[in-house]
Formats: sequence, structure tokens, C-alpha cells
Amino acid sequence: MPVLQAKRDAAVARMAVLPVVPTSGWTALARAAAAERLSVMGMPGRRDEYWKYTDPTSLSQVDVRSAAVLQSDESPVFGDIDRLKIVFVDGVFDASASDDLALAGIEIERLETAASEDAHWASALFGVLEAKGQSPVERPLAALNTATVADGILIRVTGKVEKPVSLIYVHSADNSDAVLHHVVRLEEEAELTLLENGPAAARFNMVLEVDVADRARFSHIRAQGRDHERRAATHIFARLATESQFKSFTVTVNGVLTRNECVIELTGDNASAHVAGAALGDGDFHHDDTVFITHDSVNCESRQVFKKVLRNGAKGVFQGKILVKADAQKTDGYQISQALLLDDDAQFLAKPELEIYADDVACSHGSTTGAIDENALFYLRSRGVPLADAQDMMILSFLEDAIAEIEDASLADDIRGRLEGWLTRRRV
Amino acid sequence: MLEIKNLHVKLQDEDKQILKGVDLVVEPGTVHAIMGPNGSGKSTTSYVLSGRNGYEVTEGGATLDGKDLLEMDPEERAAAGLFLAFQYPVEIPGVGNMTFLRTAVNAQRKARGEEELSAAAFLKEVRAKAKALKIDADMLKRPVNVGFSGGEKKRNEILQMAMLEPKMCILDETDSGLDVDAMKLVAEGVNALRDGKRSFLVITHYQRLLDHIKPDVVHIMANGRIVKSGGPELALEVEENGYADILAEFA
Repeated sequence: MPVLQAKRDAAVARMAVLPVVPTSGWTALARAAAAERLSVMGMPGRRDEYWKYTDPTSLSQVDVRSAAVLQSDESPVFGDIDRLKIVFVDGVFDASASDDLALAGIEIERLETAASEDAHWASALFGVLEAKGQSPVERPLAALNTATVADGILIRVTGKVEKPVSLIYVHSADNSDAVLHHVVRLEEEAELTLLENGPAAARFNMVLEVDVADRARFSHIRAQGRDHERRAATHIFARLATESQFKSFTVTVNGVLTRNECVIELTGDNASAHVAGAALGDGDFHHDDTVFITHDSVNCESRQVFKKVLRNGAKGVFQGKILVKADAQKTDGYQISQALLLDDDAQFLAKPELEIYADDVACSHGSTTGAIDENALFYLRSRGVPLADAQDMMILSFLEDAIAEIEDASLADDIRGRLEGWLTRRRV
Repeated sequence: MLEIKNLHVKLQDEDKQILKGVDLVVEPGTVHAIMGPNGSGKSTTSYVLSGRNGYEVTEGGATLDGKDLLEMDPEERAAAGLFLAFQYPVEIPGVGNMTFLRTAVNAQRKARGEEELSAAAFLKEVRAKAKALKIDADMLKRPVNVGFSGGEKKRNEILQMAMLEPKMCILDETDSGLDVDAMKLVAEGVNALRDGKRSFLVITHYQRLLDHIKPDVVHIMANGRIVKSGGPELALEVEENGYADILAEFA
């Protein structure tokens, strides 16, 4: 099998150039196992079914394509939100720029520090949820992450946290190649809002493992953007216990290549998972949302809402799957992916998948691709709204369904402001 | 105010002539009504004047206060004082009615070099005007026209007109789909805007609306032209005898 051999060789070559990681302790074991997984499956290739619409080359190859760091006078995302800030510069924790990691109801530790401890709660999760998420679809870039990661944050939540924890990714060097791996564990009835923002690096590989215990609630809001030439492959692996809740929203603007994978397993009854995304791209923007939700328990609910606005050659991809196992009766699954194409050069590729083995479920999916409604545009203009403003209003209204998935009103407003700003800047 | 001269219009994508030489002058402060059978070109006239895509002017023109309307973008026509109340107001999910109104009011003010209305001043004005049209707070908050009944949509059109204070209002079959009470409400809204300077062009099939909005001049349109003009009595004649008699004169 020459193709597989080439992919395996690529994996070995790639791992060889990444930073040397600890060789003892619990993280070393997880890393070795991940390296083993990766060397068997190899790096993703262009012929892989799962990479049909997105070329993985620049994400998997050894060399990093440089990305200019954009100087912007735009106020940072979540700037007005009271939060605990944890800053990474080109993928390295920056203690001086970060807040004190002590906060009531939560333990926050750097991966590096925790790795030296003999026994750690995160050892039951680090690389474990990722490994589980490798089946039935392989996700080599996530295995690469676990095998080679140098930094990250471990968060254990025991109560209701008074403010969001905010991961801020600063991009500083044009050719930075950052790998971060975070683990979040919410104990029973705990609640946490996790924020992420920033361009991170020229190339960014991020894995977030989230374990949500009974009746706990996890909320995640992410803003990816700014540096146009940046590339990112991110994976979220989440496991949901009884009556737990998981909500994740991502806004993406700019970026020549972004692949966001979200792999969720509903393992306890009455659990709920919502994943949403709004992407806005121009030119050589390429954005890929790949979601895999497994229903493995009774009466669970899942919801996927993805909206993309593309123009001037920008490309959007959505691969969304709902797998309902035989015992997952009373499943309520919903999935919608929609694209607004502002011109003939933009492209949207959607692959919705439902695989259902239980017989008492409600699952629906839909996907639409279209242009701005000319009637509505004329209506707005006839009231005196200039063309460009009218278009922006239509674009924002199109994205609103996804933004409405954000529960917190002030965070949702922040995201709306972000999108308005992007649209305004793009006019000149 | 509004002057239409020998206006010839065809569909852009089809070789179909719709307007074949419309002449019309609407003086300041007057109400003109255009009546006519289906397909006579009434709605096309309103769309061409307001700048909708899909039409091609092959001859003639139209001016508002001496300015060439047809050269302007739809938003420029609006800022110049033209307003079209749509026969079928468009639903825009995701855009709040209030946001839409405020954006429109301020865009027009900006285009005219006037100061934008503050949030408080706008709110005060919109509340007062909405109340007169029996538009409740909930309707103002909802997305533009989404889930509105036929009557609510038309009232919403009149609210926009009241907020934008245009010089020249075109009402395209505003009475269609309205029950008697809703029509009265809409007519009251329109009449409240009559101030001796503002002009109206009321397009309708039926004389009924003209009982409430009293026209100064009534025009009968047929086959892309205005074939007869007269006083309010012309509308009554149509109501009584239909269009056949009038059209027969020109056959």
C-alpha cells in the first residue's frame, strides 16, 4: 500500500521536527500512545474521503507557510467582558500577560506543570477523548497534537464559576507553528463559560477535550480571525453525561485555511449538545466545519447551526454527521448548514450525514445555498438605506440564526459588533 | 412635484413593452389616483419610479422637483423624497423592525446633510406614530414584516412613510388584502400626512379606498397608457360600470 506508507512516512517526518516533549510521567504515556496511533494511520491525504473538500497539505506538511501578523487598531474581542485571561503567544503560555489563575470553583493548571505530578485527574482524559474520537473516522491531526503538544491548560470545574475563562492566542512570529492541547473537566452540576480568541500562529493545531459530568453545563464561545494568511486545524472532543449541556459557538473571519472539527458523544440520558458557527470570508478564505455527533443514550438532543457568507472566490465546507446508536431512543437531532454566496466565484460544499439505528427518533437536516434576496435588498434601498448598508444588513440577518445560539446577550452583542466591523472594513 | 413624460418601459429580460407613453403631472399637495384593469401597467409605473431592477426605460422620463429620477439609485430617490408603499411588503428575517426604521431614517437624513436622529428622539417619535396606527411594541420589535398579517404589513408601510416624511408618496394597491376597519386605519394614517405640500399617487383597483383618501384627480390606465383623467367622479363611474365603457371609447 504505497499511499498509506507515504502517509505514515509523512507522520514520522512531521513528528520528528516538533519540540521534544517529556519522556516520563503520565503525559509521556499518552503522547507515546498518540504517536503510535498516528504512525499507523499516517497523515491525512488529499484522497481521504474526510478531506475531499479541504486540502490538508499545508496543515500536515513539515514546513510552515508564513503568515503576516496584522497590525490592527480594532479593539480585541471580549474586551469589555469581565473574564480570567490566559494568554498564549505563538502557542506558549505567557504568565506575565495572564491573570492569576486562582478563581473560586475552578482549578487551572498549565499542562507542563501538571505533567510532572505522579497522579493527575487529567490523566483520565488527556489524549483519551481524542483517541476515542478516532473512530469511526480517523483524525490524524488530533493525534499529532497529543503526540507532540508542548503547552496547554487543564481546567477542573467544581462549582459555578463567577466569570468566563478566556484563552487569548497572540500571533507574534510570521512562521510560528503552535500546538496547544487543553483539557476541561466539569464535575457534577458545575458550570463554565470558556472563551477563545486570537489568530494564535501562522499554523495552529489545537485540541480541546471536554468532559461534562451529570447536570453540568459547558459553554464555549470562540472568535477566530484577523490574520488573513493564518492556518488552523482545531478539534473539540466532548463527552456528555446525564442531563449535561454542551454549547459551542465559533465565529470565523479571515484565514486561508481553517478546519474546525467537533466530535461529541452523548453518553448520558437527557444530555444536550449545540454546536453553531458563523463564518465570513473573502478571496482565498477557506473554512471547513466538520462535526460528528454520536447519540449513545436515551432522550438526548443535538443541534448544529452553521452559516457562512462567502464572496470573491471564498470557499466554505460543511461536513456534519449525526450517528444515532441502536439504544439511543427518543433522540432529537437537528442540523442546518446554509451559505450566502455574494458572487459567482464563491463556493459552498456541504455533506450532511445521518446514520440512524434506533427506531424512535426525530432527526432533521437541511442545507441551502443562495444569493442575497433581491426583493429584500430593493425594499431596504427604497427606504433610503444605501446599497452597501443594505447588503450588510442582509448578511448580518443571515448570520443571526447562528449568533442567536449564543445564550449570553453581551457575548452575542460582542460577536455581532465583530461582524459589523469586518463588513465595514471590507468596504474600502 | 412629480412629472412623468412620455414614459416607455419594457421588461429587461423579455421583449415585452409594458408602458407605452405615460404622461402624468402631480402638483404639490395633491392626491392623484390611478385606476385600471389588471396588467395595465399601474404597478410597473410605481416600480420604475422607485428604481426596481428588471425594467428598461426605452423612451421618455420622470422627474421629481425637476431632478431626473431615473438616473438615481433607489436610495437616492428615497432621500430625494420619494416613497413607495409596497403592494407586497417584503419580509426580512433577522432585521428588527425598529433597527430597520432607524437605519432608514438616519440614512436619509445623512444623505440630505441633516443631523442623525438620536436614539431617544427616534424612539419618542416612532412610539407616537406607531400608536396612531395601532402598531404595538411587539410589532416594532419583531423582524421586518415577519409573521405580520396582511393588515399589519400595510400599517407598517404607512408607519415607515410617516417616519420618513417623504414629499411624494406612491401607494401601490395599499387596500389589497385589507378589511374595512384596516383600510380606514390606513387611510387615516395617510390623511394625517396630508399637509398641503406632500403629494400622493394612489394606485388602486377599487373606488372603496378613494372614499377614505379623497383624490383630486383620477386617472384611468389601460394598456400602458393613461387613457382618461378626471375628477373623483371618474372613480365612481368605474365602480358603477367597470372599465369596459371607458376602454371602449378608446378602442
